[in-house]
Amino acid sequence: MDNNDPLPLGARSNEVEKILVGLKRVVDYNVRVRVKSDGSDVETDGVKMSINPFDEIALEEALRIKERGDASEVIVISVGTVDAQQQLRTGLAMGADHAILVESDSSVDPLGLAQTFKSIIDRDGIDLVILGKQAIDDDNSQTAQMLSAIWGRPQATFASKLDIAGNKATVTREVDAGLEVIEIDLPAVISTDLRMNEPRYVKLPDIMKARKKPLELIAMADLGIDQGPEIKSVMFEPPLERERGVMVNDVASLVAVLKEKGLA
Amino acid sequence: MSKVLVIAEHDGVMLNPSTAKTVACAASINGAIVDIAVFAATAGPIASEAAKLASIARVVTYERSENKHALAAVIAPQIVAVAGEYTHIFGPSTTFGKDLMPRVAALLGVNQISDIMSVESSHIFKRPVYAGSAIATVEAPMDTILVATVRIASYSAVTSNNSALIESGSPSVVDIPTHTRFIEVKSGATDRPDLQTATKVVSGGRALASAENFDIIYKLADKLGAGVGASRAAVDAGYVPNEMQVGQTGKIIAPDLYMAIGISGAIQHLTGIKDAGTIVAINKDEEAPIFEVADIGLVADLFTAIPELTEALD
Repeated sequence: MDNNDPLPLGARSNEVEKILVGLKRVVDYNVRVRVKSDGSDVETDGVKMSINPFDEIALEEALRIKERGDASEVIVISVGTVDAQQQLRTGLAMGADHAILVESDSSVDPLGLAQTFKSIIDRDGIDLVILGKQAIDDDNSQTAQMLSAIWGRPQATFASKLDIAGNKATVTREVDAGLEVIEIDLPAVISTDLRMNEPRYVKLPDIMKARKKPLELIAMADLGIDQGPEIKSVMFEPPLERERGVMVNDVASLVAVLKEKGLA
Repeated sequence: MSKVLVIAEHDGVMLNPSTAKTVACAASINGAIVDIAVFAATAGPIASEAAKLASIARVVTYERSENKHALAAVIAPQIVAVAGEYTHIFGPSTTFGKDLMPRVAALLGVNQISDIMSVESSHIFKRPVYAGSAIATVEAPMDTILVATVRIASYSAVTSNNSALIESGSPSVVDIPTHTRFIEVKSGATDRPDLQTATKVVSGGRALASAENFDIIYKLADKLGAGVGASRAAVDAGYVPNEMQVGQTGKIIAPDLYMAIGISGAIQHLTGIKDAGTIVAINKDEEAPIFEVADIGLVADLFTAIPELTEALD
């Protein structure tokens, strides 16, 4: 089921022609999220929304690859309601060339997202996909792995360094044991960790320029995607909070408490 | 009847303690039969350790040279080839499992449940979302295979008093992709207890102010026999490597004792320690948010308090 033969890339000026980057609209990372009183969801009304921070890092990496001359086009894609156009416009202002919004009013599971991205890969001929390692709302950390699986291509998750040479890439991954280095053939899917880069700030003139860049709308239903069996969110509840404990006045008292609890 | 396959995590030599915690989750499904699969170049010692884990029925080994390093693209199709006889496939929510399990799920055509923190029934689970600011109850369909990762900080390892059967699995006939190649792992391996499984952890924050000053943290940790962690701020400042990071973007841990030294207590750090037994905070700033969750707090200058504490623990 895996395709070991990379697509023929030789005829092109760059080995990597087009890079696809996913941008998810999420509750801003500075917002303290609260569960609705009826437990049906978390409160998102009137809350500041932003690009998922890991996705911003993915876009920054794609732009740097293009600016080095190692790719010619960066496409940003989002799947969601029309509101996500705001995040795509920000992506265009950062420097992406083209944006695609796949419109869906209902939430899409990671497998459905992966299928959606795959249909765009097939349509547009994408050579490299860079996604954030996880979205800070559902914290799933699945889409990059699922996309590379159904595409039959390599995955390099939790990447902190990406070097492209010809039709290969060397990727440093942040794993529990330290830093793992792997070599992969392109095309491939990369998911970005925090230390990969620091995303650029958007400048006002770029926001104006971005208004003229193409933003394509596609209805999810038109892609004819089989989203796979749904995992339903039945209920949300706030986490158990820890209680504030006791304050001690000096090191001797701290040692006494630790000894009393059998911890020292 | 639930039949769960747990994918063993290992480094080629030893079984990772995350496996015993993943088994604990799997065994909490009512009436479940739990098998462990070891994909390795040489499975012997790993399989022997796995066979000791309580609650499991058998260990199945899948040995081939390509399995020397845990590459998701290499292992996932082999798991898919043996998935047919199971209702559930579980892996740990470590970087190993998070990399591998969604690839398995997608090849099987199903969605995956990430970070199970409790089992409500064979197909209903609780998991954290929004960096732990909310807990979601999720339900997977009954008529398809269920693939999931287990939040290991939510489980205690099962005991090692079993002697389960070890079988050698028939070599799968799948094509093993060659498009992904392992080169190396660079780690700052130490003799200190592993951060994710240590019963005591001492962490330092930005207030340490330099890599050299972290020495007082190491000395205290060594006195306690503790693992050493750090806040994201300390990692970003370059005082310690990233594998020491504790928090939502680093490691989520649940030691019996957690000492936060010079750590203010950003939400993302607190997310990584909220299952700890006893949290001790030492910080110069009495307003630091870490004191809101600490069981024992001490307002003090760490550069005098920590050497004094290390001395006093003799």
